[in-house]
Amino acid sequence: MKKTTTKIAVITAAIAGATLFFAAKTVPIKSKKAADEAGLKLPTGFSASIVADNLGQARHIAITNSGDIYVKLARVKNGKGILMLHDKNGDGKADDITGFGDYGGTGMIIKNGYLYASSNENVYRYKLDNRQHVINGTKPEEIVKGLINRHEHETKSVTLDNEGNIYVNIGAYSNSCQEHDRQKGSMGMQPCPILDSAGGIWQFKADKLNQTYGDGTRYATGLRNVVGLDWNQQDNQLFVMQHGRDQLHDIFPDLYTVQQSAVLPAECLYAIKKGDNAGWPYLYYDPMQKKKIMMPEYGGDGKKEAAVNAITPAIAFPGHLAPDGLLFYTGNKFPARYKNGAFIAFHGSWNRAPEPQAGYFVVFVPFENGKPATDKWEVFADNFAGSADKAQSGRADHRPCGLAQGPDGSLYVSDDSKGTIYKISYNGK
Amino acid sequence: MKKIILVLLFLPFGFVIAQTQQKPKPKAKPVSAEAKTSAANGLIVFTQNCVSCHQADGGGVPRMNPPLIKTIWVLGDQTRLVKVILNGFKEDVEINGEYYSNVMPAFNYLKDQEIADVLTYVRSSFGNKASAVTLKQVTATRAANGK
Repeated sequence: MKKTTTKIAVITAAIAGATLFFAAKTVPIKSKKAADEAGLKLPTGFSASIVADNLGQARHIAITNSGDIYVKLARVKNGKGILMLHDKNGDGKADDITGFGDYGGTGMIIKNGYLYASSNENVYRYKLDNRQHVINGTKPEEIVKGLINRHEHETKSVTLDNEGNIYVNIGAYSNSCQEHDRQKGSMGMQPCPILDSAGGIWQFKADKLNQTYGDGTRYATGLRNVVGLDWNQQDNQLFVMQHGRDQLHDIFPDLYTVQQSAVLPAECLYAIKKGDNAGWPYLYYDPMQKKKIMMPEYGGDGKKEAAVNAITPAIAFPGHLAPDGLLFYTGNKFPARYKNGAFIAFHGSWNRAPEPQAGYFVVFVPFENGKPATDKWEVFADNFAGSADKAQSGRADHRPCGLAQGPDGSLYVSDDSKGTIYKISYNGK
Repeated sequence: MKKIILVLLFLPFGFVIAQTQQKPKPKAKPVSAEAKTSAANGLIVFTQNCVSCHQADGGGVPRMNPPLIKTIWVLGDQTRLVKVILNGFKEDVEINGEYYSNVMPAFNYLKDQEIADVLTYVRSSFGNKASAVTLKQVTATRAANGK
């Protein structure tokens, strides 16, 4: 009994020590100034307001040319899967909320006169009038159907290019393509059969109805799960944020410590060209070694480099932060350095436990000529969690998910925990 | 289905044996010294096998990993709970109005005593106040479960 108590005391002390160490080490601590009225911490000159609250699980969002907001809900609430927020009296708060769409999902984007939305299996579009309001919410056109949904990485995010194509993420229904998903010591399937129908980005026609796998093209493969993706107008190419694999220590405790498992592998931003392979499940990107490392399920030991030819991330972020939104800022309202740069909404980690959790913020990466200007990134909007304690325990008040740019050049952020929509504006000179 | 019926058939026997061979257990509290030791050992098993998904506070992860607090899955039928450990869990499950979809692998490589300990820990932590799970229960469930 005494021995057990001692053991527990040692473990507790180790966790506490590691907590302090990693809190200081891996998470960039942003400005010390107080949170603003919306509860966020922002760079000087920026302010945030809350447009709406308690909407449900607000995933991706799209803004009309007059500033109305479409919100895709992960699950139907009061019979509605898509909400439209309108501000009648102009006080900055949505006071007229209507809804349609009887399915949950994630994808939401406006392009060329249509609102595109996705469930976890299908992609729909709704024709818009000249105010960009949906003409008939009950009769969407089903453009893609029957995509795989096996309750793991099941959400389908969408973006479009300028040539009439839509890009759909189909996440892998697995952590690392093991024989037995997430089982300690189980090895990877060779070749990974999941990649035929998932673990990549598929390209479909934006205006053709009833497409399924056979009508689309597997545009990029070896991507475990993507939630945030956007078309870069400057470079005219697709960028995606991958969610890296979980549980290196749980599955291979002899090869990875709890501490290594909390920070590995990187969450990666990839610039995608047709036919690219990012390497999942055969490799992961180690941001400390700056190398593509062979997955332990495929014979790796944490040091061996991958034998597979795969693209290198445009920029790598710390592990498990869960990037759920990506937006290239094309507005003129923010200072010039933000133009064409990438905003990334990090939903926040869970797979760092028992190490402190991290994320729950929106990050900015400046771009030049369609590429990250440096390998440095900065926290742009912080404290969605509500406090440092809530972030580290993972019990965050709010969790950033979707990003969209308003017609006035402001940045909107959705939260899928409490259903809050934030508007971030620049008021500096 | 057959397995479930088998387990149900054997359960009363296990119970009777437990009743006759041991002194009658005090109800819930005060917690016995054995249960306390079992829960203390269970924390170590929990830290090594469960914490990354279910979290140190047992609260799980929204929409992914189920909470272990105030749920019938943890506080209810012990045989069903032992079988979740032995077989893993792959269904989209609703708990208190929220759905959880992540895959739980089988933990059948844990020893019977480790399973009893971790479940005793979980059932008596995070505000839970349910009874201990004994080694005998785990052994009987594993025998009926076949792995």
